[in-house]
Amino acid sequence: MLTSTISSTISRTAPPPVAHGHVRRRRLGPGRPIPYGRAVGPLLLVTIWAVASATGVLDPRMLSAPWTIVGTTGDLIASGDLQTHILASLQRAALGFLIGGTVGTVLAIVAGISRIGEALIDGPIQIKRAIPTIGLIPLLILWLGIGETFKVVIIALAAAIYMYVQVFAGLTGIDHRYVELAEVQNYTRWEFLRHVVFPGALPGFFVGLRLSVTFSWLILITVEQINALSGVGYMMSQAQLYAQTDVIVVGLLVYGVFGFASDTLLRLLERRVLSWRRTLTS
Amino acid sequence: MAPHADQLTSAVEIRGLSRRFGEHVVLDALDLSITDGEFVALLGRSGSGKSTMLRALAGLDYDVTGDGELRIPDRVSVVFQDSRLLPWRRVLDNVILGNRAADGRTRGIEALAEVGLSGRERAWPNQLSGGEQQRVALARSLVGEPQLLLADEPFGALDALTRLKMHELLRDLCRRHRPAVLLVTHDVDEAIKLADRIVVLDAGRIALDVRPTQPDIRDVLLRALGVTA
Ligand SMILES: Nc1ncnc2c1ncn2[C@@H]1O[C@H](COP(=O)(O)OP(=O)(O)OP(=O)(O)O)[C@@H](O)[C@H]1O
Ligand SMILES: [Mg+2]
Repeated sequence: MLTSTISSTISRTAPPPVAHGHVRRRRLGPGRPIPYGRAVGPLLLVTIWAVASATGVLDPRMLSAPWTIVGTTGDLIASGDLQTHILASLQRAALGFLIGGTVGTVLAIVAGISRIGEALIDGPIQIKRAIPTIGLIPLLILWLGIGETFKVVIIALAAAIYMYVQVFAGLTGIDHRYVELAEVQNYTRWEFLRHVVFPGALPGFFVGLRLSVTFSWLILITVEQINALSGVGYMMSQAQLYAQTDVIVVGLLVYGVFGFASDTLLRLLERRVLSWRRTLTS
Repeated sequence: MAPHADQLTSAVEIRGLSRRFGEHVVLDALDLSITDGEFVALLGRSGSGKSTMLRALAGLDYDVTGDGELRIPDRVSVVFQDSRLLPWRRVLDNVILGNRAADGRTRGIEALAEVGLSGRERAWPNQLSGGEQQRVALARSLVGEPQLLLADEPFGALDALTRLKMHELLRDLCRRHRPAVLLVTHDVDEAIKLADRIVVLDAGRIALDVRPTQPDIRDVLLRALGVTA
């Protein structure tokens, strides 16, 4: 009713601004998303790549053709090599991430809920944070040799630091208003931790998880290319010796797929666990 | 100072309460008693120390320098200006958390019914409107059957219409549960409407202690607050 009145007064000078019950407004946002829009860019790239390979513009010594990559992937799977390497890589990354993530979380909890813990733990970790994990590789090789332990330890170190920083920030950054609430409601210390502090730190925990996973992959790639006798990184550095660009690209694809899959998985988990957040309107 | 309180048992006794922040004396040897079941509204200019006094009674001012004698009941509830619900706990859990009565859940459901929120027990706090959230906070404060209810501008963030409804709800709830109430407000009409007794805080002391039934109460209060031009 109201809108039609408005339109009739305006329509003397301009066309009626109301159609199908919607007021017309210039849209300034990017508008409706294109279906499968995210696939457009990659598909275009692959097309250019394929055309360049087929016409001979792209030298196969620089980058193999897409169909060569598909064929190589098939061969590597048929021989069982790819699975072996992926399994070795996954094992290292998962072990390092699990150990590191657990240690980082436990240390953050100890430091986050007790002043003594904070005094003992936080300083050393902040110092460690200032040293890039990759810079520790020479020392760790001297200590642990170049076996599996070294690789898992260095991944765990990186994962632990990222986990620690996020969880600690979550635990100590708890809204002071909720602390007051817990005090006037006579929560016990345990109730306070369980119902106020830990849930409040969960978003930080998930940020930590995702960062840890990302950096576990990153460190994995680095250590496998330095010295390893198995794993996707090893497969790629071998391929480099024999100039097999197809195998290198297969390795990169594997890293990409696993990185993307683990991040997506964590995102889904986060959405489930933090379902109360989805209702936030502001 | 408090002539109405002498013969009755008092829920709250404040004697010589002082609080200061650095050199700034906010409460200066303040005396006040509140009898059982009495509804006291605390008025005062912004910065006069109303919240400071309420926080002293709630035991939330351990870092503040000051002294004095305070006697308060065992069961004290606080309602804040914001509803202060834990966003990650459902409504009913928010109401009963910290309540250690054996029939806590049943009482929580009853308390929610009393504030008109039956059926919303499993909602997340963020799914409720501001007024509904504040009603949950009221339910939470009443579920432990407090002997003293402390409220610091509990309706300050609500719109005028919702505030009127909340006034009625609070009045009903207090008639039924009979806690002593100290309600901090900046709203003279709210004080007159709800309270059995109105005190005005000024220069760190109780400057005025009156009944809302007193003639010309509105003018008296406004004058005490320094609003008459
Ligand atoms: N933590 C603090 N540190 C320093 N000064 C403070 C602190 N808390 C309060 N004050 C001061 O004490 C005085 C009283 O503050 P209080 O919050 O009790 O006022 P109020 O009466 O509740 O005011 P309002 O009506 O605006 O809420 C103010 O001058 C304020 O600046
Ligand atoms: Mg205040």
